[in-house]
Order: sequence, then C-alpha cells, then structure tokens
Amino acid sequence: MKKYIIQSIRLTLVLMVLLCIVYPFLVAFAGKFSKGEGGGEKITKNGKVVGYVLLGQSFTKPEYFWGRPSAVGYNAAGSAGSNKGPSNPDYLKQVSDRVDTLLKYNPGIRKSDIPADMVTASGSGLDPNISEQGAIIQIKRIAAYRKLDEKKVAELVVENTQGPLFGLFGPSSVNVLKLNLALDELKK
Amino acid sequence: MNTELFGIIATFLLTLVIAIPLGKYLAKVFAGEKVWTDFLKPIESGIYKLSGINPKEEMNWKQHLKAMLTINLVWLVYGFFVLIFQDKLPMNPDGNPGMTADLSFNTVISFVANCDLQHYSGESGVTYLTQHVVMMFLMFTSCATGMASAVVFFKAFRDKTSARLGNFWEFFVKSITRLLLPLSFLIAMILAFNGSPTSYEAKDQFISLQGDTVNVSRGPAAGMIAIKHLGTNGGGWFGANSAHPLENPNYITNTVELVAQMIIPIAMVIAFGIFIRRRKLGWIIFGVMTIGMFLLLIPTISSELGGNPALSKMGISQATGAMEGKEVRFGPAISAYWSTVTTIISTGSVNNMHDSSMPLTGVWQLLGMMVNSFYGGCGVGVLNYFIYLIIAVFISGLMVGRTPEFLGHKVEAREVKIAALITLLSPFLILAGTALASFIFTSHGDAAWAVQPKNWLNNPGFHGFSEMLYEVTSSNANNGSGFEGLGDNNILWNVLTGFVILVGRFLPIIGPVAIAGLLGAKKFIPESAGTLKPDTLTFGLMTFAVIVVLNALSYFPALALGPLAEYFTMLK
Repeated sequence: MKKYIIQSIRLTLVLMVLLCIVYPFLVAFAGKFSKGEGGGEKITKNGKVVGYVLLGQSFTKPEYFWGRPSAVGYNAAGSAGSNKGPSNPDYLKQVSDRVDTLLKYNPGIRKSDIPADMVTASGSGLDPNISEQGAIIQIKRIAAYRKLDEKKVAELVVENTQGPLFGLFGPSSVNVLKLNLALDELKK
Repeated sequence: MNTELFGIIATFLLTLVIAIPLGKYLAKVFAGEKVWTDFLKPIESGIYKLSGINPKEEMNWKQHLKAMLTINLVWLVYGFFVLIFQDKLPMNPDGNPGMTADLSFNTVISFVANCDLQHYSGESGVTYLTQHVVMMFLMFTSCATGMASAVVFFKAFRDKTSARLGNFWEFFVKSITRLLLPLSFLIAMILAFNGSPTSYEAKDQFISLQGDTVNVSRGPAAGMIAIKHLGTNGGGWFGANSAHPLENPNYITNTVELVAQMIIPIAMVIAFGIFIRRRKLGWIIFGVMTIGMFLLLIPTISSELGGNPALSKMGISQATGAMEGKEVRFGPAISAYWSTVTTIISTGSVNNMHDSSMPLTGVWQLLGMMVNSFYGGCGVGVLNYFIYLIIAVFISGLMVGRTPEFLGHKVEAREVKIAALITLLSPFLILAGTALASFIFTSHGDAAWAVQPKNWLNNPGFHGFSEMLYEVTSSNANNGSGFEGLGDNNILWNVLTGFVILVGRFLPIIGPVAIAGLLGAKKFIPESAGTLKPDTLTFGLMTFAVIVVLNALSYFPALALGPLAEYFTMLK
C-alpha cells in the first residue's frame, strides 16, 4: 500500500510537468501564429477595437441590425443561456413581448415572417449570428432610419450571409457585427 | 435544412472512419505489439524511472484496483486544497476568489471522476492556474484511469486462465503518451486556428460599435477544450461550455469536438474484440450500442426540428426547429445530435442548453445517461456494458437450465451478485437522490443556504422536477451536463452530487474489474454444443432486451413525473 502511495505521488508530479507545463506551453506557443495571436480575433474601426469577430454584442439602436436576445445582455465577462423550459409561462410571455417589439419596430412584417432565433435567447448569450431571415425582416427599418435604398441594404445582407460549410453542411448565418460595420461603411 | 442533416451524417461517418482504425491501434498498444508510436518509448521509460515504477511487474485484479484507487485518492486530496486556496496562488489575473469547502469537495470529485459537473462558472469561479493543474490535469488522468481499468478487464479474457493482468501504471501512462496527449495537441491546434484563445492575457475591455463598454473573459482555453472532448470529460473553460463562441467558434470546430468525444469510446469496443481475439464479439457489442444510439437520436432530432409547440401557437416561424438555448452557427439539427452524443457517452459538454430542450428530448437525454453504455465514457462504457452482459448471460443460463458461462469461464453466484448490486446502484442513487432533493424543496424551502431550496428551480411545475432528476442522473452517470437553470451551488447539491458522483464512478469500475478478475482466474472450459455463444446476433439482442427492461422498470415512474408529464401538458 505504502509503495502505491509513493508511486502515485511521484507519477502525479511527473505527469504534471508533462501535462500542465509542457503541453500548454506548446499550445500557447503555436497559438501565437493564429489570427488573433491567441487572444481572440478582434475587429478594429479607425484604429480602435470595436469588438471580437466571434462574440456577439448588444445592438438596441434602430439604425443597426439587432442580434438575438441574450440572457446575459451580451456581457462577455460571463456567459449563459436563459435555461427556460419550453412550457414555462413567464418565458412564453417574454417571447410574445419580443414578437410585439419586432412587429412594432419593423413595419410591414407579419408574425409568420419572424424566425425563432430572433425571439429566443442563445445558449451562450453571446451568439454573434442571426439567421438570414432574421436580417431580412429588419431591412425596411434600417433603410428607413438611415435613408438608404432598401435594395442596397438587401444586397449587403446577401453579401454578409455565410452559407453552409463547403456549401453542404450546416446552416447559413449572418454575423451581426460585420454586417453593421459594413452598414456604417455604406453611409460614407 | 437538408444541409443540416448532411452535417449529422458526415459527422457520424467521420467518427467511424477515425474510431475503427484507432481501435485496432489501441489493441496493439495495450498488447505490447509493435506500433508506429514506439518511438515514444524513451519518454515512457523516463516517466517510469522518475516515478519508481517497474512496468514489467504483473498485478492481479486486486492490486490493479488498489493502485487505481490510491492515485485517485491522491488527486482528490491535492485538488481539494488547491481549489480552496486558489485566490492566494499565482496565475489569477482576474482576481477570482477561492472556493468554499463544499464547492471544492464537489468540484474535485467531479473532475477526478471524469464527470465534470460544474457548480461554478469558468469565467469567475476558477483561476488560470487551477484550470491547468486541477481541471485539465484531471481531464487527462481521469480518462486514462478509465481506459487503464478497461484494459485490465480486457486482459482477464485474453488468455484461457490468467490471474496476472499486466501493470496498471503501464496501461495508465500509455493511454496518455500514445493517445491522449498527441491527439489533444492536434485538436487544440485546430481549435486555436479557428479562433479559440490560447494566450494567458487577462480580461479584455473594449467599446462596442454602439458605444457600450464590454468586458471579455479569455484565457488559454484551446488546450483544455481538446482533452475535454477527447477524454469524454465535458467541463467547459467558459460557463456556457461549447455553446460559447470562443470555446466552439464555428461548424468545423463543432464537428471536431463531436468526433473527438466519440472516438475513444467506440475504439475501446473494437479494441476489446481484437484484444481478446474475438473480433465478432466486439462488432456485436458495437452493433447493439449503435442501434441504441440511433433509437435515442432519431426521436431527439425529430422533437427538436419540430420546434416548440407553444411558440408555433404564437404564429412565428420555426423553419429550422427550436432555437431557445441554441446557437445560429450550429442550428437545431446538429445541436440535437450533440445532445444525444453527449448523454450516451459520458462527456456532458453542451453546445446547446438542455434545460431549454423540448420535453421529449429531455426523456431521451435522461435515458441515454441512465443506460450509460451506448458507447459510454472513456473505458468505463465497456465496463458498464459488461455488467448488462453478465446479467444477460445469467438470465440466458436460467432459461436453458445450464450453469451460465462467459468466454469459457463459469459465471457463479459471486459474480452475479456483484453484477446485480452494480445494476441496482444506479436506480438507487438516482431515485433516492432526486427524492431527497424534492423533499427538501417542498419541506425545507427556507433553509438559509447560498441558494435557498425554494428558489433553486428555474422553471415551475414538471420541468422543475426534471431539473432535479437530471442533476442527480447526470452525477450518477458521471456525465456532468445539467439542466443548468438549477441553482446548484449550495451545500445540499454540492454534497449530494459529490457523493453520488464518487459512488457512481468507482463502484461501477470496481465491480466489472472484480468480476473479470474472478472469471479470468477460473478454469477454462472448452466450447461444446451447449455453450452459450456471446458473439451471436441472438445474444446481442438478448443483451439489448436486458438493457431496455432493466432501465424501463427502474426509471419509467420518474420520467413520467418529469419530462413525460410536461410533454402531455403541452399537447392540450
């Protein structure tokens, strides 16, 4: 028994060097050569960081495309979903309020145009994407607030829609931050 | 829509294409045959030398279990104190606090046991140091513990009669050097170059496009996420686990993480067949497990793609399926696939929030964890399956009126008793644990704990009951996923689930290894016309029937009170 204890402690120490020092060091070193140099890829505008490509941010102003509802208010110091069950009455009330808000701000759309992702919270609370349909229903509003041609905004949405992987696998999506940056560019 | 289903098919095929050759490789590695990774031998010799281990020293099954339990105990004690004092240790750039004793108790057991149930949130509850020397370290070692224990069990059936079952440390170290470490590095690289952070910088701050100040938690996550999946651990670097965009940046990484968590459990089944020189038995077991998986997967996909009926009534479009708790870049289809995979094998990482799944999905998730051997966790999946197998051998023996035997060894009272006890253990822990929690919720709601019992449910009614049932089931299965709405960081949940994880981990390893050790030492009886052949389709079906009947009898009432009741109330 005593033999096993000593062997266990020594083996633990040796493996700790391998698994907690050598391995992470190699990963961190190699990570330096990735796009964000290991710190996460950032987006800059006029030399200032305005966000991370992968992290969604809050857009509440009517002249920007909105992202999905978030259980953590897009505060990236944490992350969480709403964890609301499908039959929870408070939750259903909340969703129905979100539907009303979208209907109010986006004239001309019908309830059946609203895709589920625009009225439900994401798993992480930091979802950077919305569905293409989620962007399409906002085109009229954006065009009106920015006094732009609807067609131009619609083109922008198409340009910023990322199709399935290799055109074959998975859903398509729109990165809201990139779309809004492109929108700001359009103004000039 | 169709592209989402293609994604599922491609992911599963890719898994098989990698897992099957990996099984052949693992069988050779553990049998000590020549493989191309033999160039790593000097490193292994170095590890043995520094640890004072002689890898040639043969152990019997009792010595194996002693070695396994001793090193696990060392990790438990060590991890417990490091987590409590993490605030006073270096590498804590965000200034996160130390853990309370009950939370540390829960957390360290959870990681030692390959469960990775997390009652803390990665961003605020741990430091970069503890993420490395506790979480990530234990992710490697707990998986290797499971694999080494499974190899001991393999060994017992390789030769006709043998009490000498190889060296535990050798199996353990080889699992890490020949498989976990190199593959983890490869996966970490794929993650890093798709956007997962690897640097040690602290929290970042920026002003968003619309003018809000935003803080961003980061840290060297990629290395941990790799072993988290490869080792079927499942504990996330970030609170939202693999739903977090930095933990699972895009569809490619999603596929990689899905494939990574499934390959070892499948490979171990294939390796078992090859190792004991009965390939057909390996394939039959694989077949039963795969059928089991699809029986849970198909209804899960169907219930998620159907969307939430309550939202359909509001008149909005759920063209792709239910979206609450899911990410747009993955979509509901592969999220449903993930929820099945992560519950049938014991990963417990999530790319969507199970608490927001449709009620029937909840049934399939819970069943996956209750059965816990449709592939199952790293190494332990095969061991769990073996218990069902022994029960099936026993029942078949009774049916034909012969002394039951398995692979030429008589299965007698002692072995069947052990198997029966292990079979009863899971329902006991799950049902008694849930009953205790429900009792405290209803009768002691005002207890002055960190989270008051009356406030610990995030959802009312049947779904609230499901939250408690899920938490205990996940602990017993060493799964670690949760209906995360549950306010679980308080003394009851920390101690209760800590205890359930501990018992639910080690007894189901000790039991099968003991049975295998006892059987392996018995006299070999040559095959005759009356021998029960375990590598036939008929016996495969028999085992499957045992799995279905045992689990249905044990859990139907609990499932009826939770997710099934919720499903039927939503119908009206």
